[in-house]
Amino acid sequence: MRTKDISYWLFLAPALLALSLVVIVPLAMGIYYSFTDWNGIDSSGFIGFQNYIDLFKDKAFMDALWFTVKFAIVSIILINFFGFSLALIVTSKIKSSKFLRTIFFMPNLIGGLILGFIWQFIFTEIFSSIGEMFGIENLQGWLSTTNTGFWGLVILMSWQMSGYIMIIYIAYLESVPGELLEAAQIDGASPFQRLRYIILPLVAPAFTVSMFLTLSNSFKLYDQNLSLTGGGPFDSTQMVAMEIFKTAFSANQMAYAQAKAVVFFIIVAAISLTQVYFNKKKEVEM
Amino acid sequence: MGKKYKFPIEILGILLALLWLSPFYLMIVNSFKTKKEMFTDVLRLPAAFNLDNYKEAFTELDFVSTFLNSLLITVVSVAVIIIFSSIAAYALSRSKSKISTVFFFIFVAAMLIPFQSVMIPLVTIFGKVGMLNRFGIIFMYLGFGSSLSIFLFHGTLSGIPRSLDEAATIDGCNKFQVFWYVIFPVLKPITVTVGILNTIWIWNDYLLPSLVINQEGMQTIPLRMFFFFGEYTKQWHLALAGLTIAIIPVIVAYFFAQREIIKGISEGAVK
Repeated sequence: MRTKDISYWLFLAPALLALSLVVIVPLAMGIYYSFTDWNGIDSSGFIGFQNYIDLFKDKAFMDALWFTVKFAIVSIILINFFGFSLALIVTSKIKSSKFLRTIFFMPNLIGGLILGFIWQFIFTEIFSSIGEMFGIENLQGWLSTTNTGFWGLVILMSWQMSGYIMIIYIAYLESVPGELLEAAQIDGASPFQRLRYIILPLVAPAFTVSMFLTLSNSFKLYDQNLSLTGGGPFDSTQMVAMEIFKTAFSANQMAYAQAKAVVFFIIVAAISLTQVYFNKKKEVEM
Repeated sequence: MGKKYKFPIEILGILLALLWLSPFYLMIVNSFKTKKEMFTDVLRLPAAFNLDNYKEAFTELDFVSTFLNSLLITVVSVAVIIIFSSIAAYALSRSKSKISTVFFFIFVAAMLIPFQSVMIPLVTIFGKVGMLNRFGIIFMYLGFGSSLSIFLFHGTLSGIPRSLDEAATIDGCNKFQVFWYVIFPVLKPITVTVGILNTIWIWNDYLLPSLVINQEGMQTIPLRMFFFFGEYTKQWHLALAGLTIAIIPVIVAYFFAQREIIKGISEGAVK
């Protein structure tokens, strides 16, 4: 098909038009807005980098950013640990393998908003009830402190996403040649040695994919944050996505929120690209 | 793993599965209890399987109409994404020109853009032209969904030999017929993957509908659920029945199509 053909453009037009009007034009306009003092209704015009200077001194934004970074680091470690462990369990030729895959993956089908509400019930009602039963005071008032709110979010995300990451690891684990493992076994390699020297290097690409997914998902988290803690207490469990939303639609500081959104985009893009670049270098060719 | 480890691994797997299922158990068990009964013991099975909570939650959620709203938006959006992404990917993969490479790169690069970065201007633009409605949201889903979908279709299309296109052309098909009668049927496995990935995302999406179709009567399940929680904070017996009602259709669909869903997810993730 040549680009001179009318059919080429007809085939491409709907998707290209939608992408342009929904992503590209708003992104370009957003970058422009971020240099103005637009509040959603009117604007006195261009104010240069003022919004960007302000946001670095904005405690709410910096706190949200720091909270998000901490959350992303802990989540990546836990989700990948659980995801990989679950994948090892279900690929070890046990009888319940298929059933287990079905169960572990299940939370991913349900929306983050609904999952957040379910866990809100568990953390507030179930935890306090268990705490009362066994006299454990630490289980009372979960989600009402910054620290327990943080771990609440981590637990929710690990429960939800490990099954998704498991699927990715399974796909790679199943492509590890069986003869290679058998040969190693005959040579006297222990299960741990086989894991360390054969399986791990061969599934390295899976780590690239799943770290990329967990990182970008943790960074962009919104629904779960909204329904589990609502950012509370006192906005201390508020993540960047939510902070931007509030600046825009609760405080009506559209241009300022947009500047935060641009910084958010740069951070997400930079981390994703760097991480993929470094992980790619570590992979082994078969 | 060696044979001697099999049994302990199986037991460990089952214990973890029970742990994974426990949130659902706690939600369902308590959804049958009265407010008082829940207060005395949240872990035990209910004294009687009382359906009152469900009746009330079903009415309060306006579940039939909310469910149909979700269904309409998801089905139409996914169909639109499948048709327009596959045909666009076909045009891009069959043209060797530089401009196609650039377009493909733009589509893929758009995946890096978080929704929050475009959210404010998007709502402003669509609000100005009166498109904050169902038609508008379907168009937006096409825009956001096209990146990954085109990427996935493109990957498969590069592996389909051009001789297939040529043979169909010689038989008298025009370009659209070649695509629709010859290529599209061959794409079926990846179409299932694209369909599943987009269905899960759109069905569960909260933020975009909350900005675009927040009017009474147009709300989707996540939207209605959010308001339901605002009005019924602390009325956990009703809230849990509502959550269970919202989850049932998803779980039923999952058990009918679990093989395709898990396969689709792994295809999508590995590509």
